[in-house]
Amino acid sequence: MSDFPDVRLHVVTGKGGTGKTTVAASLALALAAGGKRVLLAEVEGRQGIAQLFDCPPLPYEERKVAVARGGGDVYALAIDPEDALLDYLHMFYKLSRTGVAARTLRRMGAIDFATTVAPGLRDVLLTGKVKEAAVRRDKSGRHAYDAVVLDAPPTGRIARFLNISHEVGGLAKVGPLKTQSDGVMAVLRSPATAVHLVTLLEEMPVQETIDGVAELQSVGLPVGGVVVNSVRVPLLHPADLLAAEQGSLDREALRAGLEKAGLDAPDHLVQALAAEATDHATRVALEERGRDALAGLDRPSYELPLLPDSVDLAGLYELAEMLKAQGLA
Amino acid sequence: MSTLDIDTTLDTARILVCTGSGGVGKTTTAASLALRAAERGRRTVVLTIDPARRLAQSMGLSALDNTPRRVEGIDGSKGGSLDAMMLDMKRTFDDIVLAHAEPDKAQSILENPFYQALSSSFAGTQEYMAMEKLGQLKATGGYDLIVVDTPPTRSALDFLDAPERMTTFLDGRMIKILMAPAKAGGKAYLKVVSTGFNVFTSVISKIIGAQVLQDVSQFVAALETMFGGFRERAQATYDLLKAPGTAFVVVAAPERDALREAAYFVERLAEERMPLAGLVVNRVHRSGSAVLTVERSLAAAQALDESGGHEMPAAVLRLHAERMALAARERRLQERFTGAHPGVPVVEVAALPGDVHDLDGLRAVGADMAGGQAAAVPA
Ligand SMILES: Nc1ncnc2c1ncn2[C@@H]1O[C@H](COP(=O)(O)OP(=O)(O)OP(=O)(O)O)[C@@H](O)[C@H]1O
Ligand SMILES: Nc1ncnc2c1ncn2[C@@H]1O[C@H](COP(=O)(O)OP(=O)(O)OP(=O)(O)O)[C@@H](O)[C@H]1O
Ligand SMILES: [Mg+2]
Ligand SMILES: [Mg+2]
Repeated sequence: MSDFPDVRLHVVTGKGGTGKTTVAASLALALAAGGKRVLLAEVEGRQGIAQLFDCPPLPYEERKVAVARGGGDVYALAIDPEDALLDYLHMFYKLSRTGVAARTLRRMGAIDFATTVAPGLRDVLLTGKVKEAAVRRDKSGRHAYDAVVLDAPPTGRIARFLNISHEVGGLAKVGPLKTQSDGVMAVLRSPATAVHLVTLLEEMPVQETIDGVAELQSVGLPVGGVVVNSVRVPLLHPADLLAAEQGSLDREALRAGLEKAGLDAPDHLVQALAAEATDHATRVALEERGRDALAGLDRPSYELPLLPDSVDLAGLYELAEMLKAQGLA
Repeated sequence: MSTLDIDTTLDTARILVCTGSGGVGKTTTAASLALRAAERGRRTVVLTIDPARRLAQSMGLSALDNTPRRVEGIDGSKGGSLDAMMLDMKRTFDDIVLAHAEPDKAQSILENPFYQALSSSFAGTQEYMAMEKLGQLKATGGYDLIVVDTPPTRSALDFLDAPERMTTFLDGRMIKILMAPAKAGGKAYLKVVSTGFNVFTSVISKIIGAQVLQDVSQFVAALETMFGGFRERAQATYDLLKAPGTAFVVVAAPERDALREAAYFVERLAEERMPLAGLVVNRVHRSGSAVLTVERSLAAAQALDESGGHEMPAAVLRLHAERMALAARERRLQERFTGAHPGVPVVEVAALPGDVHDLDGLRAVGADMAGGQAAAVPA
């Protein structure tokens, strides 16, 4: 049973490199499982989704990239700010994408300005497109997608990114920009949205997660779950871990074991192995402190193991099953 | 592969810029280099950006106040000292407004809603601000060595490209059009703009509304005021980066993406004729018991499992096998880099089991970069 049955827009953030794209893709697969239609969107122009699903770069077009377990489709979209702008002009002002107005805008550098120089304006367009996909309905009035998963900007920028429409809406007292901004914020702040944070059990990602949750809450955005990624199972028993951490692992027992296995066990080898065990135990203790700190957030949390080698398509399905079993999807 | 002689670099450089992709250890490296330089006798300042909280605290950087503060607890016996500061984006931006805009205008710029909402997130702002601050620190003349950390961007190249992007924007026609209403005073706007722009302006005001256009326009005009000398200053600071005594330290983790970014950056520096000190490969895993191979330790662990008992030694053997496999993977990735860039001096820093969050940790990283030597200057 999903912990987020009413959520239609899942925003996945996290410190850079913690696994946002991996988790977003797995979550999309998990949500699609059993016959649903899910859109996985990215906004940073990195083609991370195409790389992960091993397909050619995504155009600005919703494309099927995977079939989930038990049927169900994952579509993907790389939202490009320039296309989103032309889209927006087309939708609201009936401007042709290739007509004179679009060309003039481009020639003036307006498109560059709106899409690269001023991240605030760019983010308005990106979040606007995400919201549009999340609320879109087909001719029969049904939602076009059962869920939309956004591979979002990193934690340090997420609150600002999602809240940009609020800021811009605050600047524009009336007019089309105001209407559009209010519409985006209404969806992002509703119970149909959840912002999930991906973290590793390391000091900085954990701290960023804690700060990120506070920041999201302070601007009224709904925080979903915390996904602890790349978790390693400690190989040593708790008692041995404790001893190793204190540097008092039983050297003689270690030596005896090595000899029993038919290895030479000179002192320096025993010392070096014991030192490696100490490093490991220090790491595990650090991870434990990270876990405690995250527990203080009082948000549902989910753990994904560190997969051997990097994540391939089979790995994504594996992670998707775990997310489903743990209730994120 | 040549080895990066970090101590010679620290003793002779005047500016060191630490770059690299996100999360690889730029801030840690910058702080470690600065501390080591100070303890080797140089008057050093380190300009950090977003340091981990505990690291900032242990360097006495509790306030984000944009002024260098003396770091306590360093060994100053060689006559060196260490100052550190955290770059405060907004404050640096405000300072530039105050310094460059006419006094009566400055206040209205600072109060403009668009300035408040957008200025600190403007593309290239962080990079530009870091350079601006570097220029200021350099001008004080109070330091032998300035170590600069760079913002957490995905690609280190952003550091070189961002100011250019901003300059292009300021030179563009867009800005002139957006500024027109502010110059002409609102209503006359459409008249000022030549008929060729009519489509453009009507589209713009339709989309964002006339009142917003007015605010945007004022904001852009403000930018123009404050960046009046932008091109010249940006140029001057970038010239600093090419001056003798400046060198880049490229930081990477022993991972595919980070090393690829490092390779791009190294190539770009060569194109721009900017000096490279070398590559720091940070968080490398090594083993003190490398004689015991992955295969032999796994086989031994297996044998112990089968014979029963000896659970702890079996687990320790598995740990060792994991570490050896990781070390081998890291070495292969690094060799790929050195194969393609044989002339780049490289130094490795071991992954410490915990985070680097105090002066001792920074010292350990510094010593590791110098091949295990303490900071003392050899006579
Ligand atoms: N559970 C896991 N097990 C093993 N490797 C993983 C796991 N999760 C992520 N990775 C690997 O870690 C790397 C970073 O993951 P990913 O690209 O998803 O992170 P990200 O947060 O999207 O990064 P960025 O901030 O650069 O967008 C990738 O090489 C990925 O394959
Ligand atoms: N050699 C090392 N051993 C162990 N931990 C390290 C090492 N180097 C850095 N770290 C840790 O890694 C984390 C990231 O380091 P750091 O903040 O220096 O990276 P960065 O490149 O500046 O990141 P960002 O791109 O976010 O600015 C910190 O928690 C730091 O303590
Ligand atoms: Mg990603
Ligand atoms: Mg940093």
